Amino acid sequence: MTTTETVIRYLFLAAAACFVIGLHLMNSPKTARRGNLLSAAAMAVGIGATAVLLIAEGAITTTGWLVLLAGAAVGSAAGLYLARSVEMTAMPQLVSLFNAVGGGAAALLAVEHLLQAETVHVRETIPGGLDILIGAVTFSGSVVAAGKLQGLIPGRPIVFLGARALNVVLGLVFVGSTAWLVLDEGNLVAMLLLLVAATVFGVTMVLPIGGADMPVVISLLNAFTGTAVAMAGFVLGEVVLIVAGALVGASGAILTKLMADAMNRSITNIILGGFGTGDEAATADDSGGTVRSVSADDVAIQLAYAQKVVVVPGYGLAAAQAQHELASLAEILEGHGVEVSYAIHPVAGRMPGHMNVLLAEAQVPYPALREMDEINPDFPQVDVALVIGANDVTNPIARKPGNPMSGMPILDVDKARSIVVVKRSMGHGYAGIDNTLYSDPKTGMFFTDAKKGMVALAAAVRSFVA
Amino acid sequence: MELDLLTAVTVFVLGVLVGFEVISKVPATLHTPLMSGANSIHGIVVIGAMLITATADGFLGYLLAFLAVAFGFANVVGGYVVTDRMLHMFKARPAAKEGSAS
Repeated sequence: MTTTETVIRYLFLAAAACFVIGLHLMNSPKTARRGNLLSAAAMAVGIGATAVLLIAEGAITTTGWLVLLAGAAVGSAAGLYLARSVEMTAMPQLVSLFNAVGGGAAALLAVEHLLQAETVHVRETIPGGLDILIGAVTFSGSVVAAGKLQGLIPGRPIVFLGARALNVVLGLVFVGSTAWLVLDEGNLVAMLLLLVAATVFGVTMVLPIGGADMPVVISLLNAFTGTAVAMAGFVLGEVVLIVAGALVGASGAILTKLMADAMNRSITNIILGGFGTGDEAATADDSGGTVRSVSADDVAIQLAYAQKVVVVPGYGLAAAQAQHELASLAEILEGHGVEVSYAIHPVAGRMPGHMNVLLAEAQVPYPALREMDEINPDFPQVDVALVIGANDVTNPIARKPGNPMSGMPILDVDKARSIVVVKRSMGHGYAGIDNTLYSDPKTGMFFTDAKKGMVALAAAVRSFVA
Repeated sequence: MELDLLTAVTVFVLGVLVGFEVISKVPATLHTPLMSGANSIHGIVVIGAMLITATADGFLGYLLAFLAVAFGFANVVGGYVVTDRMLHMFKARPAAKEGSAS
């Protein structure tokens, strides 16, 4: 190893350490931004050091430089444009796309490395095969997930005849082509076969999963990308790729587990089951008990004379883009001396923690956002629980055994002194069962679109407190 | 670089454990920025993409290298910028609201 190379290896090590420290700083909203900047700086050092390494070794041709610079320019421009222009509601799609490109890059570089290397060892072909497999599955799976979230592909589970048989065949192709790749070191046909089979599998894996299960899918694909990058590190013998990939793999795995737990379902059940219906809940009106319908003025009086209001936002709020209107309603109430906080269920939104970002965008201060376990004991002291576009996460039936939702952790909204539910119709949530909260005598149903409802409430409250 | 398989596996396993340790402490409020931040970190793959450009040869080789580099840079740049944009929104008390607090 030359001196330059040694220095660069130490820089890589420093970068890896900074990634860990950066993630650690993400523990608190106060330091999170600094953590991200530290991580970005470490990445810049890593990329700069790699460029120096390439120059020092002089191994790269002029064409190579042109390709590298062109790729860097195109990729950076695309990434910057997407990052600057994305709506916060479209965040899950963007994260999914970045998963796709990360996984895709990992798969491509394994193909390229195995193709060009003069001698290939088993210790490169095995992780290489895994890299191609995981990377390609992540690539196509993430593209499909992003398409579903963007509404380009229907959110409902798409199941086709023979899907299971096809998956078995694809599984056999994985094993066969990886074995071929290992035995006939770096065979191009074997790699292509693996690449194509994995790409098809990514599609058939995500298509049957409903839109409502996307938080879990995105987390899982995030874990996959991390693993693919770590495998790329094994192939190239780069420690920094292994460390960074392992970190991301672990973070994805933890979030996947948290999401699945919050839905009271196993990961296998989500991947194989696919009963999430997506965004459109059934509109059939077959409510069990009688419900009490209330007007904007009724709700405004309740809110204006309350001491403690807890807002329970769900995806319906985000889908109607009503977070800004909600924030201004809360501002009026707070100005009137009402204590307003927000109860956030772990699966609210379309990816882990999505609702927090949407509310942060509407300038809701983060200390007002309370997690489920933290706020549940407080509900008996709450005067009005305002449920907006959330359904299953408030259904008290989850505490009773013998139904699809049994055991799912819920917000104890029914324990509040009174409840107002803002909802477009009596439609079901994605679990497809009646919400017994709606027929509770304490509950008033305010049937409207979330955005119009918030505007009407704000106007009504203003006229009372003025 | 020549890397002993045992060393590589050791690094991987320890990396996963450190990841579990660090990430399980992040509050749910920050899960989206966390995932987005983790997303940017897997953009490290761009270093690998740059290294393989050096060994690339022929049209197919350069095409693969170009795609890998472009994907990697999109991941790194986009990931960090959007994470920063998101974290910028997390404020304890927005300036606009300070006057209305009673």
